[in-house]
Amino acid sequence: MIPITHILILAGILFFIGLVIVITKKNAIMVLIGIELMLNGANLNLIAFSVGDPEISGQMFSLFVILIAAAEAAVALAIVLNVYKHYRTSNVSEINQLKP
Amino acid sequence: MMFTFYSFAAIAILFTLVILFTKNVLHAAFSLVIVFFSLAGIYTMLGAPFVAVTQVLVYIGGIVVFVIFGVMLTTKLNDQHVFSESHNRLVGYGMGLILLVTYAFMIGRIDFQMLQSAGSELQGGDVERIGILLMSDYLIPFEISGILLLIALIGATVIAGRKKEKQL
Repeated sequence: MIPITHILILAGILFFIGLVIVITKKNAIMVLIGIELMLNGANLNLIAFSVGDPEISGQMFSLFVILIAAAEAAVALAIVLNVYKHYRTSNVSEINQLKP
Repeated sequence: MMFTFYSFAAIAILFTLVILFTKNVLHAAFSLVIVFFSLAGIYTMLGAPFVAVTQVLVYIGGIVVFVIFGVMLTTKLNDQHVFSESHNRLVGYGMGLILLVTYAFMIGRIDFQMLQSAGSELQGGDVERIGILLMSDYLIPFEISGILLLIALIGATVIAGRKKEKQL
């Protein structure tokens, strides 16, 4: 039996490293990767708490989280591609105009 | 059991740190694959094999491929855009560290004894139960998420496929 505290700590480490990636990286795709890591950390929490739960609500929620992550990644990458087409860069600190 | 968990956890943390410190976006995408695989292993050990398989299918088969396509479509060959610079280093690392320490401290203070005793030895998560739940208790979220996926994919296609527009 794995102690739940250790799983939660692992999830926290993943989440906060993802947060640091979101804050510090300049490339928009790296920011997306950070968001995926944060979603995975949250997912790990949900699954850790659904161990031994006969109703497995945590697992069902994590399935929906994975689904939302897929939708989010598709839309976000489409936006990044469009921004790149427009500005010729995917560096988030150079993209500072809504409309040219 | 314990050893497997800790080795998966170590691999996951190691390659997350690789993502954090690498400059090459492609290396980050490939490290992401390893992180997702080790997380799928941990899910299997926690009695969630279906979620583990979904993780491999959706994250590794879908999202990482998306990310790699994104990298390849937003870089010109032989230029430096595949390298990602960092900014706000001090603030970011400091904030992440402080939040993590606070979080670990608070987790350490919680007493999970009640949760452990409440959990039966019953391991949920077999595919049959998930299927029944999806078609009964979670029917409306399931259908709504199907519509959401459809909308998201159509939206992504429309946004990404837009021609360089005539001046609006």
